[in-house]
Amino acid sequence: MAYFAQQAVNAISLGFLYALIALGYTMVYGVLTMINFAHGDLFMLGAFICLLLVTFSPIALPFPILLVLVMLIIGGLGGLIERLAYRPLRDAPRVSAVITALGCGLVISNTTLSISPYSRAMPEVFNDQYFNVFGVGISTLQMLIIGVSLALMIGLDALIQKSRFGMALRAVAFDARSAPLMGISVNRIISLTFLIGTGLGGAAGMLYGMAFPVISASMGVLVGWKAFIAAVIGGIGNIRGAVLGGFILGTVEIFSVATLPSTYRDLISYSLLLVILIFKPYGILGRAPNIKV
Amino acid sequence: MENIRRFCVRLADRRWILPVLLVLGMTFCVVAESTSLLNSYTRFVLTAMLVNVILCVSLNLVNGYLGEFSVGHAGFMALGAYASAMLTTCLFPQTPALFIPAILVGGLMAAVVGFFLALLSFKTRGDYLAIITLAFLMIVKSALENISWVGGPRGLAGIPTLTTLPIAFATAIITLWVIRNLIYSKFGRAVVAIREDEIAANAMGVRTREAKILAFTVSSFFGGVAGALLAHQITFINPGSFDIVKSTEILVMVYLGGIGSLAGSILGAVIFTFLSEALREYGTWRMVILPLILVLLMIFRPRGIMGLRELPWFLPRRELFNRRKKS
Amino acid sequence: MSALLEIEDVTMRFGGLCAISNCRMTVPAGITHGIIGPNGAGKTTLFNLITGIYRPTEGIIRYKGRKISGQRPSRIALEGIGRTFQNIRIFKSLTVLENVRIAYDSQLRYGPMESLMRVGRYGRAEDESIARSMELLEHFGLSGFASIPASGLSYGSQRRLEIARALALKPALLLLDEPAAGMNTGETSALTEFLRDIRDHFQVTMILIEHHMHLVMNLCDKITVLDFGRVIADGTPAEIRANPRVIEAYLGESTE
Repeated sequence: MAYFAQQAVNAISLGFLYALIALGYTMVYGVLTMINFAHGDLFMLGAFICLLLVTFSPIALPFPILLVLVMLIIGGLGGLIERLAYRPLRDAPRVSAVITALGCGLVISNTTLSISPYSRAMPEVFNDQYFNVFGVGISTLQMLIIGVSLALMIGLDALIQKSRFGMALRAVAFDARSAPLMGISVNRIISLTFLIGTGLGGAAGMLYGMAFPVISASMGVLVGWKAFIAAVIGGIGNIRGAVLGGFILGTVEIFSVATLPSTYRDLISYSLLLVILIFKPYGILGRAPNIKV
Repeated sequence: MENIRRFCVRLADRRWILPVLLVLGMTFCVVAESTSLLNSYTRFVLTAMLVNVILCVSLNLVNGYLGEFSVGHAGFMALGAYASAMLTTCLFPQTPALFIPAILVGGLMAAVVGFFLALLSFKTRGDYLAIITLAFLMIVKSALENISWVGGPRGLAGIPTLTTLPIAFATAIITLWVIRNLIYSKFGRAVVAIREDEIAANAMGVRTREAKILAFTVSSFFGGVAGALLAHQITFINPGSFDIVKSTEILVMVYLGGIGSLAGSILGAVIFTFLSEALREYGTWRMVILPLILVLLMIFRPRGIMGLRELPWFLPRRELFNRRKKS
Repeated sequence: MSALLEIEDVTMRFGGLCAISNCRMTVPAGITHGIIGPNGAGKTTLFNLITGIYRPTEGIIRYKGRKISGQRPSRIALEGIGRTFQNIRIFKSLTVLENVRIAYDSQLRYGPMESLMRVGRYGRAEDESIARSMELLEHFGLSGFASIPASGLSYGSQRRLEIARALALKPALLLLDEPAAGMNTGETSALTEFLRDIRDHFQVTMILIEHHMHLVMNLCDKITVLDFGRVIADGTPAEIRANPRVIEAYLGESTE
């Protein structure tokens, strides 16, 4: 029982991380109906930026400042990619944008690989402690992951449901062609969406790097794309679906690793994706796009 | 400059050039293989180029002619490579005569899986189909990593070197011939009609399911064939050789040369092979430069060099007549 | 006279929205039937139901006495129902000739092996398909543009190409979705003649959705009026013109 509870705690913290990355995929898809394949690699870069900041900063940066810095840098980079690579393709065939995103992702991951060919150890950002709650071990780090993710998600939800930006974002997602008629600057909304979405991905990268302290350039494909599965399972474009998908995937992965050899993890995750797409082609909470005839 | 252009146009219109080129090419390949005309490195690159032509033309069938976005072509290669390599290394070693059947088995293996992927394309299109092909690629790779009798993550070594330059050349020609003959028939026009407008195609009596099955099965068959050739060229394969990077390389070729064009596919494969060899000394930076080219291409020339245009050499005579009529 | 198309109590719901409710309609062979009604009345939905793009929630559609509702759209097209679309759906980057040939292809009889080896029936069938398609284009005054991409045609020519393409299926029933959309009065009266010519020359039964009353009243033998997915009137042009419910649907309720 304690073993089960322990795995459940692990599943929840992994699920939160996946959900945090999946939000970035899903926000961009919701607004642009485009899969931002580069998102996973920006997530990976989040961990590396954190490593750079910790290593080269003259003073020891406290965790909150580090988190904000990573989010700003990665968010800025995401916005830059949107401006340079995706915006010129806004009216091009959809395939062009997807290919471009795939290309951007490979540029980022292979640049990182070329600069840092080996995986690196993430230094400890703060003193991690282990608590024992009713026989279940939970670390400060896990609590931090859950706390920070939860705070970011609640913040995002409030932003989208309550603020003017959120209203504009929903309008653009609903109909990007008539939104400008309502005085909404579509370009600004899209830029901000990228900023926030990739910023969340950067935060997830940093947290992931702290939790599994070996980081490498292939993390974007190995972990980032898992989060993409989570987004698709939940129904890409749907923010609650991303969170749901993150938890489903986190649970499945933790329990499959607990019962099967760990090499089966990818096989199971991607098979789960395939099976869900066969029976629910648009994910659990997603809806089929309306095609006007 | 103008003279060169006019010369090229005249050349493109001379249809007898193609058979002449074929005969010359085949002769060259046989001679190069049996004598020391070329060093082994050049032979290796030329063979790789021909394998790339097969990959590029076959992926173009799905990504260019059918207009879907598949990122799973490396998965079909893996199936073909493993199936054929198991035959030639484990089941029937020391019988090079069985290489041709082994290639076919590799292709069929990939085609069967391609058929099932086509069934999934009935309900899903666009992004979601791209995700399915991605999932397929990842599943193939991690399944191979977990099957110990095909070597697991370490892969298969000691595959006999059976892919010679003439065999690669002949296979590339057969691939081009088959795909060209399918494209310029009612079957191919059905595939292209789906790319243009699936609903209208349906309303015009195009059996879209059959057309999708055709495109996916033929494309994956030749993907598998290319994988088989590659395995017997490099003599060592592991699941890592067939990852998303390999798929991206094929995508670069297709979109560089041009979608929906056989001439473009050949051009794309040739340019890519030489570019990639030229960049080899830069190590992993190569895979920074190549995707960067892809991104720039998408921004500035999304349909590639030949995009939807075709060299008259590859058109059936009756199609040519109708194209000329306009001028 | 036997009915070519019978629509029996067809209902179509999208979620909670009832786009077509209990629609009954019979179209005998040889006539030209008009469907009119305000925007959003369900006219195009009815076409999509007939051509199999949607499956009716309830009810049956019969063509030549055989049930076609529930069949795949390509199958229904091959039964002999051709159509055009409200917002033109030609194959834009293909040539004008290829557009027509794709519709003609269903009549070609050769197998994949014959086309692969370029033997047997392949050659003759392809030659015939080109010749027939060119004939068709000739009739529509488009043969001069046969080898240019269809996107290069003018708007009016694109509409004509779409009709030509539908006729290449050799349909007995032709569905036209707003053929006069975007045309001025002069063009519309030319279109009336053009459609009359098509009807006589190709011997097709036509159902057309149209907003230009002049065209509908001149061309159609019978008219069905749809409003909010219901058939509110059915009859000859003269009857429809005199029907108070039709006037109400178009102009709003009378104040008296």
